[in-house]
Amino acid sequence: MKFPYSEKVLEHFRNPRNVGKIEDPDGKGLEGSPACGDMVAVYIKVEPETKIIEDVKFESYGCASNIATGSVITELAKGKTLEEAKKITWKQASEELGGLPPIKAHCSVLAVEGLRAAIRDYEEKHGLVIEQEETTEEVVRRRLKHVMNPLTGLDVVRTNLVLKTTVEDGVVRVVVDLPSDHQFASAIKEDITEKLESLWDVKKVDVVFTE
Amino acid sequence: MLSELYHILGGVKIFEEMTYLDNSACTRLDERVFEAMKPYFFDTYAVATSEFGYSMGIEAKEGLEQAREGIASRLGADPGEIVFSSGSTESSNMALKGVASALKEKKGKHIIVSKIEDFPVLNTAKALEKQGFDVTFLEVDPEGFVNLDELEKAITDETILISVQQGNQEIGTVQDLKAVSEICEAKDVLLHTDATHSFTRLPLDVKELPVDLVTIAAYTIHGPRGIGALYIREGTPIHKFMDGGFQESNRRAGVENIPGAVGFAKAAELVTPEETRKLQAMRDRVIEQALAKIPRVTLNGSREKRLPQNANLTFHYVEGESITLHMDMRGFALSTGSACFSRSLEASHVIMGIGGDHERAHGSVRFTFGRYNSMEDADAVIDAMSEVVARLRVISPLAEK
Repeated sequence: MKFPYSEKVLEHFRNPRNVGKIEDPDGKGLEGSPACGDMVAVYIKVEPETKIIEDVKFESYGCASNIATGSVITELAKGKTLEEAKKITWKQASEELGGLPPIKAHCSVLAVEGLRAAIRDYEEKHGLVIEQEETTEEVVRRRLKHVMNPLTGLDVVRTNLVLKTTVEDGVVRVVVDLPSDHQFASAIKEDITEKLESLWDVKKVDVVFTE
Repeated sequence: MLSELYHILGGVKIFEEMTYLDNSACTRLDERVFEAMKPYFFDTYAVATSEFGYSMGIEAKEGLEQAREGIASRLGADPGEIVFSSGSTESSNMALKGVASALKEKKGKHIIVSKIEDFPVLNTAKALEKQGFDVTFLEVDPEGFVNLDELEKAITDETILISVQQGNQEIGTVQDLKAVSEICEAKDVLLHTDATHSFTRLPLDVKELPVDLVTIAAYTIHGPRGIGALYIREGTPIHKFMDGGFQESNRRAGVENIPGAVGFAKAAELVTPEETRKLQAMRDRVIEQALAKIPRVTLNGSREKRLPQNANLTFHYVEGESITLHMDMRGFALSTGSACFSRSLEASHVIMGIGGDHERAHGSVRFTFGRYNSMEDADAVIDAMSEVVARLRVISPLAEK
């Protein structure tokens, strides 16, 4: 069996680029939490006229793919405008790294979200975001596209793991097409809860398994 | 470049000087074990036939029975109380499912296990729960010890089996099996113990302790993998859990693994108290040095009552898979309780069970020593760990800088 990580992943893991904090950043994003596992912090400096990301740094409390993805997205984002940087996807980062094992998608997607959170933070601080969006089924499905199915390395919506979602009085219910004693059931449940409970108007997240 | 540090052997990257410190996952086979097994592959390769069979089969049976005597003697058991299996997973399945089946009609459907048991016991208990058995998962204290009062309180008239391990696979906590067995005896409930990680390393004599079933395996003591045994005290009600032939006195179906059994007995014979003391000294060195040299380190498990070969420490603010990968690049094989390292992407149930959080599991690293390690390895691994942990803390958003 080959080593699961590409040479490029290992290279970024060993020598991550743009590591550290930016003092007094224009935007800061923090995704994940020590309680759930991996955590990524992304800091950006933005040129106010052109909206170009002049500097970007990251910190990681995570595994190899988390560190390598953090490193590569800072390389991708530097010199881009906010609009361009927002469009950087996990897939792009993964391709840039020569591929990541499917089971590690969950850990690496966090770095991409960290960058988006930093951009959102900048936009909020500079009055570029008008109002908070109400959580609808569509918003839930959009968020769930960031929950990875460890079986395939693709998100749980695309791989049809999510059977049904409902939103009622701040309670989000997600039905997952897996038995509750499935190898990845607990990990997926935790991931879904983490992604949804951070939404401003969500009070409770119920993840239900089919068996 | 990483590739230069490795030489490629059969497509697998192997470090030239690998220091293997994952001896609870598996151990290197001892050449003497291999030599003992060899004749049973090439010369006496027949199955164990009855005394009315052919001579090679009778000789094979002799080899098997000698192995059984060897294993029995290390437990203070009668040879007839030892059933060979394919390893600890099968042994624990056999014990729990076998007793459950034998007693569900006669006595009840309640089983008690500690919540930090290894997967063979834990997941067998969960499987029985799905079949309608009532399972109590006993809480443990912050060092991993089963609360004896709670155990006593949990026992009902319906309780058919209690399963409490001798030494924990991850944090090394050694339970007070004497106290546990006395409670079981007083309440007249069968006791199973998983001794996979303690067999031959810690005293366990079934003549002294009223334990009814004991799971053991060869892979932890430089024996072959794929062989283990279940001690079943004479008279214990237990049903056969796998259907097939009438081998092992009709208690375990399937062609006997005679080379494995012979190797297992040889491996058990080769473990000495001197060796165990050496492993304990390496363990102590790692614990002391890690706590002294590296800031923000927590010992998981008990300082005193722990398996002689096991050290488990949490290096705060850093993640275990990143540690083990960096350590691999430096030539050390270690394991971690981090979710990123596990096959189910779940944080270690043992660390969570002792009241730890994800953070504590995330940065936990297990060091387990074996026959082929030395005190130099213990020193070297801590030197490398201080470097790796410091390096990862530089990029961690949680570390104080």
